[in-house]
Amino acid sequence: MEKILVCLKRVVDYNVKIRIKPDETDVVTEGVKMSINPFDEIALEEALRIKESGQANEVIIVSVGPEDCQQQLRTGLAMGADRAILVEHSENTEPLTVAKLLHQIVQQEQPELILLGKQAIDDDCNQTGQMLAELCSYSQATYASKLSVGSNSLEVTREVDQGLETLEIDLPAIVTVDLRLNDPRYVKLPDIMKAKKKSLDVINPNDLKISMDPFFKVISVTAPPPRESGIKLSDAGELFDALKAKGLVD
Amino acid sequence: MRVLVVAEHNDGAINPSTSKTLSCVAELTSLGSDLLVMGNNSALAEQAARFQNVDSVLYMGNEIFEHQIAAVMSPVIAKIAQDYDCVLCPSTTFGRDLMPRIAAALNVGQITDIMNVVAPRIFKRPIYAGNAIQTIEIQDNVKIAATVRLASYKEVETNNQATIKNVELPEIELPSHTRFLRIESEATERPDLQVASVVVSGGRAFGSSENFELLYSLADKLGAAVGASRAAVDAGYVPNDMQVGQTGKIISPDLYIAFGISGAIQHLAGIKDAGTIVAVNKDADAPIFEIADFGIVADLFEFIPEFLAKLG
Ligand SMILES: Cc1cc2nc3c(=O)[nH]c(=O)nc-3n(C[C@H](O)[C@H](O)[C@H](O)COP(=O)(O)OP(=O)(O)OC[C@H]3O[C@@H](n4cnc5c(N)ncnc54)[C@H](O)[C@@H]3O)c2cc1C
Repeated sequence: MEKILVCLKRVVDYNVKIRIKPDETDVVTEGVKMSINPFDEIALEEALRIKESGQANEVIIVSVGPEDCQQQLRTGLAMGADRAILVEHSENTEPLTVAKLLHQIVQQEQPELILLGKQAIDDDCNQTGQMLAELCSYSQATYASKLSVGSNSLEVTREVDQGLETLEIDLPAIVTVDLRLNDPRYVKLPDIMKAKKKSLDVINPNDLKISMDPFFKVISVTAPPPRESGIKLSDAGELFDALKAKGLVD
Repeated sequence: MRVLVVAEHNDGAINPSTSKTLSCVAELTSLGSDLLVMGNNSALAEQAARFQNVDSVLYMGNEIFEHQIAAVMSPVIAKIAQDYDCVLCPSTTFGRDLMPRIAAALNVGQITDIMNVVAPRIFKRPIYAGNAIQTIEIQDNVKIAATVRLASYKEVETNNQATIKNVELPEIELPSHTRFLRIESEATERPDLQVASVVVSGGRAFGSSENFELLYSLADKLGAAVGASRAAVDAGYVPNDMQVGQTGKIISPDLYIAFGISGAIQHLAGIKDAGTIVAVNKDADAPIFEIADFGIVADLFEFIPEFLAKLG
């Protein structure tokens, strides 16, 4: 393969306990630790391993989002990506719009393989990869937990509700990755220094001629209804009685 | 509003996820829906016709749909969807794989995981692993493409007799770039996690797949399905399809009992809709106790045999 394209999203770090803004328009992201979406990090790790095994020549990373996404792209470059592209847009961008922008990048770069996370842990949408695959008319394999590269195709094992499904898909292809595909590497300090010299292109979405108008209006973001706090019981006998009283065991 | 529901099926039967999706239809319209069954087995159409909230079953029998490949189905569904205002799929790995392709083919945004229909164009859905609820409105005159969150809906009754219409495969070119090779699923007689009324679940604390046998014997006593934390799946104690949580299955049993699971937010995302949550953990400070209705600080290897003895 000549090129692999990996799509990275900047999200609130998975360890952060999110807070909702008092005006209920969104969650608080100011002053909160931001990271590469963990699934996307796994996608990048996989691309790097394919390249390191000699099966690809170049790994390009791309992100759609505000200027601050450069931090996550720099991290991706430090992990080992060759160059980065930022489609800069300060507002929240819906998955279909992201997919359309990525489609333009795919047309320019012509990668044989495009890797993304199966979902972003902020909006939990689980859409972008599949939408991009439809727009490109490419094959797709979502929820990948194993991937092997053949000469003109991939064999991908997918984590589905029924177990593990294996597909063979022709290149060019889009694969969205699940958590068990690999464990991403840690970035080392010298790599961070080296990454500063790698190219990071910033593109204005207007140049890609894609409408950024949203389909949806967010009316509110609120806290889920709290669960009533429970009680501690001391042993199996007490639990049995408590569940029996509720009609849950007999 | 004219609603089209795309049925999910496995092993020659309509998946219960389809039934839960049909119960969301009642919140959108009183007119029912058309249920599209794409498969290679006409018994599926007969089963589909018995679900409530179905006007007509549209059966498209063809061997190319046997393995429900998203890229093969989406162009066909997008064509059929021209005549509808809304297309729904269950939010399972099947529906989440497929619906974004349909939405992109229709050039509309998609709503993932409807948990409630506030008004016909206003929906609630979870974000941040269920730690926040987003209420969103879709513009008028735009087709609705959405997946339905199973934990928010019950199955519909199966006393209907909808008409079955055989639908021809439209004349469009379908891709051949995707080939099904195999599926590995562990056969189980236990109930399906996504619809079970009782679920017992185990975490990293079990330490081995042999030790999970203890949990299976409890499950069989209770007629329960078995779930697991990601740590237990990662360690190879149990298969991936047992994972409960943000990135596994999101479930809503009447009773959920977690053994040796710490209660990470990603795990809790999968169980918040359970009726009663019980947690057994030897660490009194484990976060799972914060959301458990009944918490017991105990060693699970001592607790489960005692509880089994009580169940008789
Ligand atoms: C992007 C992302 C997505 C994720 N998605 C999911 C998901 O879908 N589902 C999920 O579950 N996790 C998910 N996780 C992982 C999650 O963060 C936790 O790591 C995981 O849930 C921990 O599993 P655990 O509770 O079994 O293990 P641990 O956190 O290690 O907890 C083990 C618990 O067992 C208790 N224990 C030990 N021995 C005993 C004993 N003998 N008797 C009783 N108790 C005992 C301990 O006190 C401890 O509380 C995700 C993480 C990320 C980053």
